[in-house]
Amino acid sequence: MEKKPIIRVRNMVAKYGENTILQDINADFYPQQVTVILGSSGCGKTTLLKNILRLYQPESGSIEMFGVETMGMEETAFEALLGRMGMLFQNGALLNSLPVYDNIAIPLEQHTCLPPEIIRRIIEVKLNLVNLSHAINMLPSELSGGMRKRAALARAIALDPEILFCDEPSSGLDPLTSAAMDNLILKLKNQLKMSIVIVTHELASIHRIADRIIFLDQGKAVFSGTLQEAMNCNIPAVLTFFEVGKF
Amino acid sequence: MKQENNTLFLDGAVTKVTVPALFAEQKNLDLNSITSIDGKNITELDSAGVAFIDGVLLQAKLTSSALVHLTSDHREQYHTFSSLALDAAPHVQSVPVFQQIGEGVLQWVSSLQDALYLTADIAFWSVVGLFNHKGQRKGAVEQQSLLIGVNAVGIVGLLSLVLGLILALQSAAQLRQFGANIYVADLIAISMVREMGPIITAILLAGRSGSAIASEIASMKVSEEIDALKMMAINPIRYIVVPKFHAITICMPLLVTLSNLVGILGGLIIGITYLDLSPTAFLNEVLNVLVLRDIVISLAKSEIFAWAIVIIGSYFGFHVKGGAEGVGRATTNSVVASIFAIILVDAIFSLVFYF
Ligand SMILES: Nc1ncnc2c1ncn2[C@@H]1O[C@H](COP(=O)(O)OP(=O)(O)O)[C@@H](O)[C@H]1O
Ligand SMILES: [Mg+2]
Repeated sequence: MEKKPIIRVRNMVAKYGENTILQDINADFYPQQVTVILGSSGCGKTTLLKNILRLYQPESGSIEMFGVETMGMEETAFEALLGRMGMLFQNGALLNSLPVYDNIAIPLEQHTCLPPEIIRRIIEVKLNLVNLSHAINMLPSELSGGMRKRAALARAIALDPEILFCDEPSSGLDPLTSAAMDNLILKLKNQLKMSIVIVTHELASIHRIADRIIFLDQGKAVFSGTLQEAMNCNIPAVLTFFEVGKF
Repeated sequence: MKQENNTLFLDGAVTKVTVPALFAEQKNLDLNSITSIDGKNITELDSAGVAFIDGVLLQAKLTSSALVHLTSDHREQYHTFSSLALDAAPHVQSVPVFQQIGEGVLQWVSSLQDALYLTADIAFWSVVGLFNHKGQRKGAVEQQSLLIGVNAVGIVGLLSLVLGLILALQSAAQLRQFGANIYVADLIAISMVREMGPIITAILLAGRSGSAIASEIASMKVSEEIDALKMMAINPIRYIVVPKFHAITICMPLLVTLSNLVGILGGLIIGITYLDLSPTAFLNEVLNVLVLRDIVISLAKSEIFAWAIVIIGSYFGFHVKGGAEGVGRATTNSVVASIFAIILVDAIFSLVFYF
């Protein structure tokens, strides 16, 4: 815990037009840890990820990644950083016109000079990790929702990123596949020393993988700490979440 | 990376950054003589590095047991990312040419069949829809008429005027030589009413409304909206296509009439300014040469064009394949196919009513 955070967000404000979604967010994401972002649906979790990744420009505040301030950073410098990160989007966001294989090949071809033979092997392995080897030549429109999500995860981890962002990776997956996803995420964290940021609502999954929790409520980060601390804290919104999920 | 006796020593980082160089270097090695790979000095490994090691092992015809002295961390990583245990991905087999041609023909026949079924469906429900408005949104026909008809008035009018001007101007130069100035009226009247008016209007509508119909239906199909309609016991043809069909049936003759009139006006302008004709003489000649039959054929033809546009647009919409990218394809195909159909129908009309 004493390690320096790999992502440090300070006083970030995010808006869509006039509509303020996040105000004054402070959050730390630590290396080699799984940080889970919690919050009711529509409270701005996806918005937080997208603002950290500069897919939207935050209104104000500071975001440090890998110890470097990224607000106001040159586009090209930021692109180099993007090669060290992967993101699994909420709806997969596979390119519909390309088969699964080419979708995963894109980041590899964009960010490395690896020979095609090696790229092919990496793609096969990554697809096997998400248990989707049979779909290698299929088009996204021929996959089910859960399969699309797994293919998207394979694309997100194609480059062995240092930070992996997952937006609701297990929604739409059956419990078995979802557990397998959790195992894969733990494997990535332990073996590849990845730092992982996950948005999820699955309590079982949170107990399996979470090291730290950040809880968003009404545009603010109301809690940030370890899983243990979260379960023993006295913030009503957080407690309700863990209580309701328990039955 | 260096080779000593029969062992290949890897050192430092073996990652996506270093692998391209290692891969080039490896081509100069005699991999067949290698019996083991020593990974003791590897400091960093990732999936690209593992893929590289797998490649070397494969070429040296070794198994993963020939990889020695890895730290336990790296050994775990190797097992996570090794592709040696995977079955080779299935290869896509190419289909022989004759089979492709045969399948293409069969597919064409079956899509023609589908299109005929769809035509029958649309025809049936349009007639039913005249008497029974159930399963249609209120005001849908009016709304569609606005989109298909009213909004097209400007562009149809403008194009027809320009077309009339051009036709008259081109022929005026020839007719003058024979002092047959007045016949420009005959020429414009006949060509606008029998050919140009219907054709130019139909092609414009194919581009404007045919593409809109195809893309609307295709995107509804892709986002499962059509399935949702069916689940609510609403016939998608009745709900989506019939209002458009009625609207275009009403609007097309009006647009064609507009196009004919404005085209003749274009001819009149050239007649007055360039050929020294009096407006009365020109209009008299026009009324003399046009018979009712011409106008009826013109309007009948344009109805067929209009129906072809709706039917083809909805055919490509309903038969969209794939996701969002299929919508674009369906739209393009529908425009090309409707223009083709329009010209084909026009040719048939010309042959049948030649005499
Ligand atoms: N592109 C957008 N434009 C405007 N508002 C948006 C956009 N995306 C999301 N929002 C709004 O921002 C809020 C947070 O959305 P989001 O971050 O997607 O929530 P979630 O926590 O479920 O991921 C919601 O109220 C949503 O209506
Ligand atoms: Mg979201």
